[in-house]
Amino acid sequence: MRHPRTSRLLSTLAGLIIGLAASASGAFEIEDHRLYPGTGETVIRVISTADLAVFEPFLQTFQEEQPEIGVDYTVVSSVDLHAAIQEGASFDLAISSAMDLQFQIANDGGARAYRSQATDALPAWARWRDQVFAFTAEPAVAVISRARFDGLPRPRTRQELIALLRERPEIFAEAVGTYDIRVSGLGYLFATQEARNSDIYWRLSELMGRLGTRLYCCSAQMIDDVATGDLAIAYNVLGSYAAERIARDDRLEILELEDYETVMLRTALIPATATEADGAALLLDRLLLEGLRQTEASWALPPVSAADDPGATAYGPIRLGPALLVYLDPLNRESFLGAWSDALVQ
Amino acid sequence: MSAAARVWLGSIGRRLTVLLAVIAALLALLSWWMVTSFAREAAERTQDNVLIASATTIAEALWSEQDAIRLELPYSAFAMLDAIGEDRVFYRVATADETLTGYADLLPPSLPAAPGDVAVATLTYRGDAVRLVTVQRTVLAGQRPVTVMVSVAQTRSGVGAISAGLSRTAALLSFGFFLLAVGLGAVATRSSLRPLNSFAGAVARRGPSDLRPLRREVPDELSPLLAALNRLMDRLGQSIRRSEEFIAEAAHRIRTPLASVRAQAELALHTVEKDGEKQMLRRVIRAVDESSRSAGQLLDHATVSFRADALARDPIDLADLAGRVTASLQPTAEMKDIALNLDADGPARISGDAVLLESAFRNVLDNAIKYSPEDTAITVALDGENGHWRLSVRDQGRGFADEPLPELKERFRRGRNVAQVVGSGLGLTIAEDALEAHGGHLDLTAPKDGPGACVTLVLPAS
Repeated sequence: MRHPRTSRLLSTLAGLIIGLAASASGAFEIEDHRLYPGTGETVIRVISTADLAVFEPFLQTFQEEQPEIGVDYTVVSSVDLHAAIQEGASFDLAISSAMDLQFQIANDGGARAYRSQATDALPAWARWRDQVFAFTAEPAVAVISRARFDGLPRPRTRQELIALLRERPEIFAEAVGTYDIRVSGLGYLFATQEARNSDIYWRLSELMGRLGTRLYCCSAQMIDDVATGDLAIAYNVLGSYAAERIARDDRLEILELEDYETVMLRTALIPATATEADGAALLLDRLLLEGLRQTEASWALPPVSAADDPGATAYGPIRLGPALLVYLDPLNRESFLGAWSDALVQ
Repeated sequence: MSAAARVWLGSIGRRLTVLLAVIAALLALLSWWMVTSFAREAAERTQDNVLIASATTIAEALWSEQDAIRLELPYSAFAMLDAIGEDRVFYRVATADETLTGYADLLPPSLPAAPGDVAVATLTYRGDAVRLVTVQRTVLAGQRPVTVMVSVAQTRSGVGAISAGLSRTAALLSFGFFLLAVGLGAVATRSSLRPLNSFAGAVARRGPSDLRPLRREVPDELSPLLAALNRLMDRLGQSIRRSEEFIAEAAHRIRTPLASVRAQAELALHTVEKDGEKQMLRRVIRAVDESSRSAGQLLDHATVSFRADALARDPIDLADLAGRVTASLQPTAEMKDIALNLDADGPARISGDAVLLESAFRNVLDNAIKYSPEDTAITVALDGENGHWRLSVRDQGRGFADEPLPELKERFRRGRNVAQVVGSGLGLTIAEDALEAHGGHLDLTAPKDGPGACVTLVLPAS
């Protein structure tokens, strides 16, 4: 819709490539890919933004229960995932952390409706039109390097964080990392939602810009650099990834910021282009079972119950609804990226 | 009318209940349909208003920077669309020449006529029916006014869900009202028909000869029926009385000349000497006697009918009465050498009309004498049991023929074995009528030990 001609061309191209090579690798950059063959002929093609390291335990559990079903797992960025589905690439399940982009796919008619006991068990705010289903609730957090923060007080609010960054430029210059929201769909979602909630976001961004903040595409790299001490602090990192790393890496620490929290819902949908919708439904049901579990343990991705009902508290998870389309509007995106660049990329 | 229709419509109560139920069903359906269409209308208007608010919010956010028209979509413009339901949302902001942002192929079929107007349309977009609202605003870009159209569209499943939910509730409520109306209708029908039923019951409870007017409080609708019924009974009573008076008068007028004919015949009997002539005169005298007796019975019958309407309640000793009547009929019995045995010890107290009861007993005893052969005995016995007195007359005559005994008590009905005996057939009728007026009855039995008949007058003791 934004670039109709290009879209049509790309989708034709993608269709051609898929048709010829039986693989959907033309229109987007594959970050990782693995095939988990099953004993039968069915192979579910999953396109996802979740790293294999995080998702593999779940896929193995699924295959223990359904050994005949194979899973072809492709990791791409959330922007590429959105573009691929919008352009008609054929996948059976799309899993993304960028809920605004997932919402847009469904809104534009790119998702199939599916109902089962598992989807009905989800709270109403965690699904939309029986097409988009949330199976995690993950906060954006700040991760700090224990070594670089040695002797420093731990700020408890963003106001205190700003004060600390201002007071100790010698520690934080070139040592603050955050998402490059121009390339990361999730980073853009976090940024827009935070900017909507509080003006502190812009003050923090300007300060980070002055400190020469380093921009990243993905949470994993940011966490890596905090671990090595290259970064003192990474702001707006996926909490689930950070928690998973901290469990086996004591150089890291999550900064508990108590003023507010941006919580994202990781969502799955069955694209309209799916060819193995039945298999995808099995995988989706299993995924929702994981999302409905009552303990946070057993998997790195926290269940939906980790979030409060968005109606009950002021800072519940980001709402699945048409408001998500607002920041996807090209004019809004242009203007938001302009303001963000002015603040951060000075 | 078919059989089934008769079952349902043959009764006013059922007819009313069925009609009320049909009316209630129609009203319930009508109210359900109305609530459903109102709910749909209300939900649609709500959606329209939210869409207009959303489009207006977007239009208000337009501004110009030098020559370019700029827009930052307000968050609230789309957040408010969430209120209707989980519906897909499409939008387009465009000038006459180009689409500024949104879905370029979302083309409104009509445009607002003037700034401030709103164009609303329903169309199919991307496979779903959508409601589309378009507002327009003129923005000054540089020196040039540019008209910008803002269209916001939303699918209608939320509207459908809201109105379907309300429609279900309305259906339940309407069904509840229907059941309530049927129940209340049945109660109302029964209560309306109660005076009619009690009126019918009062008429049915009447005795066969009770022709007094009905004195009851009836609803206005029934008073013509009551008046007509009372007039009918009044006319019937008058007519019966007139005919009885006529019979009594006729009997009386016949008896007097008959007495004089008999006296003349008696005289003539003493003056003629030829046996043939004596025989002829005796036959004349017997015929006159029978005629006189029949006339007497007609008179008795009329008396019974007349006196039974306003029955006297005098203390009477039944033994005394039996003795008197037996004594009075002694000469008649002696003429046929019949022995009258009286076995009645008093007192046997009853209350009633002595004239009627005498007449009843005399007719029974007279009958017995008449149908008894010469040189036999008739036994009159009085005994009491179970609060009743039984005065029985047993003869040694021919008894009753083999026929249903109750029929013998009907007016002018005579037994099949009464050839050669003159009679009117009124005797037992008079006795039965008189006894019934006193709350008693007449028993006809054939004794098992021997010939003859036994007629018993049964009367309640006082």
